[in-house]
Amino acid sequence: MNAIEVRQLTRRFGDFTAVDDLSFSVGRGEIFGFLGSNGAGKSTTIRMLCGLLRPSSGTAVVGGVDVGADPEGVKRRIGYMSQRFSLYEALTVDQNITFFGGVYGLGRERLEARRAFVLEMAGLRGREKTLTRTLSAGWRQRLALGCAILHEPPIVFLDEPTGGVDPLSRRRFWLLIDQLADEGITILVTTHYLDEAEHCHRIAVIDAGRLAAMGTVAELKQLLAGRPIVEVRAGEPVAAMRALEAMPEVEKTSMFGTTVHAVLRAAGAAPGHLVGRLQEAGVAVSSCEVVEPSLEDVFLDLVERSAS
Amino acid sequence: MSLARSAVAVGVKEMRQIGRDRRTLLILLFVPAFFLLVYGYALNFDIRNVRLAVLDQDRSSASRELVAAFVNSGYFQLVGNLTASGEVNDVIDHDEARAVLVVPAGFGDDAATGRPTRVQLIINGDNANTATTVMAYGQSLVAAQSARYEMQARLRRVSGQPTGVGEVATSGAGRARPPSLTVEPRVWYNPELRSTLFLVPGLIAYIAMLTSVVSTALSIVREKEAGTMEQIRMSPVGPVAYVVGKTLPYFAIGLVSALGIVWLSMLLFDLPMRGSWTLLVASIALFLVGALGIGLLISTVAETQQVAFQIALLSSYLPTLMLSGFIFPIASMPVALQQVTYLVPARYFLVALRAIVLKGVGLTAFWPQLVALAVFAAALLGLASLRLRRQWA
Ligand SMILES: Nc1ncnc2c1ncn2[C@@H]1O[C@H](COP(=O)(O)OP(=O)(O)OP(=O)(O)O)[C@@H](O)[C@H]1O
Ligand SMILES: [Mg+2]
Repeated sequence: MNAIEVRQLTRRFGDFTAVDDLSFSVGRGEIFGFLGSNGAGKSTTIRMLCGLLRPSSGTAVVGGVDVGADPEGVKRRIGYMSQRFSLYEALTVDQNITFFGGVYGLGRERLEARRAFVLEMAGLRGREKTLTRTLSAGWRQRLALGCAILHEPPIVFLDEPTGGVDPLSRRRFWLLIDQLADEGITILVTTHYLDEAEHCHRIAVIDAGRLAAMGTVAELKQLLAGRPIVEVRAGEPVAAMRALEAMPEVEKTSMFGTTVHAVLRAAGAAPGHLVGRLQEAGVAVSSCEVVEPSLEDVFLDLVERSAS
Repeated sequence: MSLARSAVAVGVKEMRQIGRDRRTLLILLFVPAFFLLVYGYALNFDIRNVRLAVLDQDRSSASRELVAAFVNSGYFQLVGNLTASGEVNDVIDHDEARAVLVVPAGFGDDAATGRPTRVQLIINGDNANTATTVMAYGQSLVAAQSARYEMQARLRRVSGQPTGVGEVATSGAGRARPPSLTVEPRVWYNPELRSTLFLVPGLIAYIAMLTSVVSTALSIVREKEAGTMEQIRMSPVGPVAYVVGKTLPYFAIGLVSALGIVWLSMLLFDLPMRGSWTLLVASIALFLVGALGIGLLISTVAETQQVAFQIALLSSYLPTLMLSGFIFPIASMPVALQQVTYLVPARYFLVALRAIVLKGVGLTAFWPQLVALAVFAAALLGLASLRLRRQWA
């Protein structure tokens, strides 16, 4: 049985549909990523799956419990962590762990065992008496994760868990997530970071409340099959972008740092051909080559396609 | 997951947070005591040189003697002689005099013959404690003067009728006879003459507002702002356990602080505490529960601490100070405002507490007030929990 089964889940706020007819399932031990722009409906979906928000229609079964029928039953089976690392800043590390242990009804022995585990996992040994307020973001993030999994839930929801954290801490955090998944814990994580999405076994791209695409990273990249991506480096990238957009074989362009990516309408057009015409247009090109599509290319393609 | 266990977890956490926030704890526990000391002592200082105006309508040697007794006492300083009763208003209103002694025509004759007679002492009551003290001075001065007249009148009678000697002896021992001269005090602007002791019930109401309304509302809204509220809502802790755990610490602090004020007042200001402690604690608890209801209700409306504080200020704090009869007597308010005071729970609380502490009367005297408080508590808690339940999931 799947850990999470979502069928035609919909949530409306007045006239506005925040989550629109969403269906997907997540297997046990899977890391499932939710990718979407601000306001796409990621948090709203998670809130429904956690039993905090009633769906307008559709069903969600989480850990074998129908969320609509038994929201309280779901709460016992899940862990939740948000971007805000919702800890009590005025309390110490130990006191936060004690509090969440109490909230989930952990007995004394089990609490002590879990406390040891969380301190170890978060690298917070020796800082038990430190005020949470004074911890750096990376530590707070790992402590928040620890508190969310204190009661050993089989399913964990992480809503933008890596905001405001330095790259090293983010890497460390994802290692922890991988470990949890290896132990059979199911993880549903939302993110804006496309590089993080690559850690996920499968990804759902959400756009304006709708499921725009779903699959492994490789499967998603297949969406651009037959439409090669050409990466152009030029002295004036903006001028290069304009010139490329004027060409009939170019479907669209987008800026990637200092380079320009152009999606071609069909395979076969030689990059060398483009270089010549760019130079004709007065753009100094330093390199021009076909590249593998990145997840970002796919994401932009999906979002732009549904916008038009 | 038992309700009690989650409530305890939330309560312990809240206590730890309160303990960490020393400043707030100090405010909750000691500011009311500080108020009590400042007001109590400032108002209790011995009063000298009270500005006195005299309206002598008698102009006899006896009336001059009485005025001299007032001035020579050191407590009063003569600032003017009035000629018409219409001037009394003026000198009081412009604060030229704090008190006016009115000696009616015929006073001298009455005094000489030993007939009972009256003088009037008008006192500006805007400062309750000064007024009480001034009135006490006036009364003792008049009592002394009265004793002298009585003695003189009797001596005169004794010299004519030898049988009267026994009469002097008996009346001197019995003191049952009314004195021939009585003062009839009129305290303007504050006829109830509220003193430090009257301050105590008001201070307790103030504490309840501070701890139960403001602190509860702020601490819950703070959790909304920090996102910890959402974290708890994602957990198996239900709204009931959350609210119980969240409010009990503030209830306890409020109760301790309120009883501390009572105790301190008994120690320092001879508060009588005439009634039953059980009734006192029960009344305070009832009022605190209602106040917690207001705090909860505010927390379901406000999204930021600033908004919560402003709502608390306007809805409970200011009405408790201004419209409960704590600072301004309700009877002297405009009629429209008097109607509004019926919506202020502290109004009922003050009546009940004064009845218990100062008068020592039983439940029969103030049960309507307790019923009003219970209705407030039930309505506010009910409304708050209804709103919270809807927001919770
Ligand atoms: N309680 C609510 N009432 C009305 N509208 C809401 C409510 N909650 C969310 N929305 C709206 O639903 C949409 C989706 O919000 P949601 O928070 O799910 O987006 P998100 O994908 O999590 O975005 P972000 O990346 O910014 O967190 C937004 O437009 C938001 O304004
Ligand atoms: Mg979100």
